[in-house]
Amino acid sequence: MGNTSSMLTQYDIEEVQEHCNCTFSQQEIVSLYQRFCQLDRNGGGFISAEEFLSVPEFAVNPVSQRLLRMLDGLNFKEFVAFLSAFSPRATTQQKIEFIFKVYDSDGNGRVAMNDMLEVLRDLTGQFISQQQREQVLTQVLEEAGYTKDSFLVLSDFMKVSC
Amino acid sequence: MSGSEKLTSLSSELDLDRPNLEDYLPSGSSIQEPHGKLRLRDLLDISPALTEAAGAIVDDSFTRCFKSNPPEPWNWNVYLFPLWCCGVVVRYLILFPGRVIVLTVGWIIFLSSFIPVHFLLKGHDNLRKKLERFLVELICSFFVASWTGVVKYHGPRPSMRPKQVFVANHTSMIDFIILEQMTAFAVIMQKHPGWVGLLQKTILESVGCIWFNRAEAKDREIVARKLREHVQGTDNNPLLIFPEGTCVNNHYTVMFKKGAFELGCTVCPIAIKYNKIFVDAFWNSRKQSFTMHLLQLMTSWAVVCDVWYLEPQNLKPGETPIEFAERVRDIISVRAGLKKVPWDGYLKYSRPSPKHREQKQQSFAESMLRRLEEK
Repeated sequence: MGNTSSMLTQYDIEEVQEHCNCTFSQQEIVSLYQRFCQLDRNGGGFISAEEFLSVPEFAVNPVSQRLLRMLDGLNFKEFVAFLSAFSPRATTQQKIEFIFKVYDSDGNGRVAMNDMLEVLRDLTGQFISQQQREQVLTQVLEEAGYTKDSFLVLSDFMKVSC
Repeated sequence: MSGSEKLTSLSSELDLDRPNLEDYLPSGSSIQEPHGKLRLRDLLDISPALTEAAGAIVDDSFTRCFKSNPPEPWNWNVYLFPLWCCGVVVRYLILFPGRVIVLTVGWIIFLSSFIPVHFLLKGHDNLRKKLERFLVELICSFFVASWTGVVKYHGPRPSMRPKQVFVANHTSMIDFIILEQMTAFAVIMQKHPGWVGLLQKTILESVGCIWFNRAEAKDREIVARKLREHVQGTDNNPLLIFPEGTCVNNHYTVMFKKGAFELGCTVCPIAIKYNKIFVDAFWNSRKQSFTMHLLQLMTSWAVVCDVWYLEPQNLKPGETPIEFAERVRDIISVRAGLKKVPWDGYLKYSRPSPKHREQKQQSFAESMLRRLEEK
């Protein structure tokens, strides 16, 4: 599956399918490949941040910068794995894992209050003050049984979401 | 409409590019307003924003407007392939040279009449303008003949009345040539480099053209002023404007710029639709130069299109110029069978302004604060 060919072989498709835990059908993978090639205008084998941001619908999204960090330099196989959480075949566990990864920007497996504050800031912009955000977050954390210094791990996310 | 639904419909939409555009409009707020007291899980659940982002990655209505769909190959078997080869031979070795000859003859006739008229009749402006108009229409007809253009004009021809502008949807620079062969319009165009720029500077000046430069910031005001001046003038040629501001692939229309609609005059819509069976006339300026585009047209069978001159529209009382522009876009899109897309064509060259993102942030913040009040 080199960057020069724009044809997927059956082996390529099966490899990608395995990598994303069969959350996409083979036809969907072919479609995604067409889309990947469409976005990857300079044919480098990965979609650069510029190319993602040239999709206006993506650029206006508040969490686009966070997602760009996760999308940077992904080849097609990893791109499909990234999108697998959005497939209708994805389990709730996979979806929650994905959300956890978005929060855990440094990838150390723990989400601190700071990380949560940053995501909240992305979503609310200048329409809520930093102080208010801290206040709200502390309040809901305490109601859920955590403190503002706690670290949340994946199992906490699962527990909270159910 | 969420991104996950887009992914389910991926396989069903594979071969047919028939989007349900309501689905692709960016939703102003989340799908259903959450209620009840704010909890940790509500703050952590960013899935609406994520699904929207994923949906945009998988497919978005803006990129669709500029996709040139390559025609389905039909020459894939033993007897069709030789037929196709015959077709290629006829197109490249018989039609193309014939067309080049026609075009050259046309240019010779044009230049040998235009240059004398332009310089010798300097004093007799009225006569000179009339002749120059006729000559420009003539060279455009030669161009259209050089692609074997089959253009069907519907509706009353544009009349030369003051205080009116013409607007049309834009697929390629040949739109201008096709319309110009019927009526000598004055047009507003982007300044191009190369031989096109030369033509713009010399010949198009004579029909009265206005130049703009997308790259310049203050440009819009200067252009608005020039437009107003042109429309006020009594013996200027009728003005043709392409309010989309960029070439779109003749399946969709992007948002119209309001500049043409706030001049206080009648707007006459023109709809243009090309028949793709013969050639795809979309000029993807990112993929080919205009010269290559013309060569592609000259080596195809024909350029077949329909042009509809539609009923002149005026600003209704209480209507803003933007609403007026959208109404005219509606009229043109319906007539030409194009789908409307809520994006600004200039996003091809620049990023969307932060205010769209701020709108989303604002609505999320408000919903959050509202739920905090609920106890």
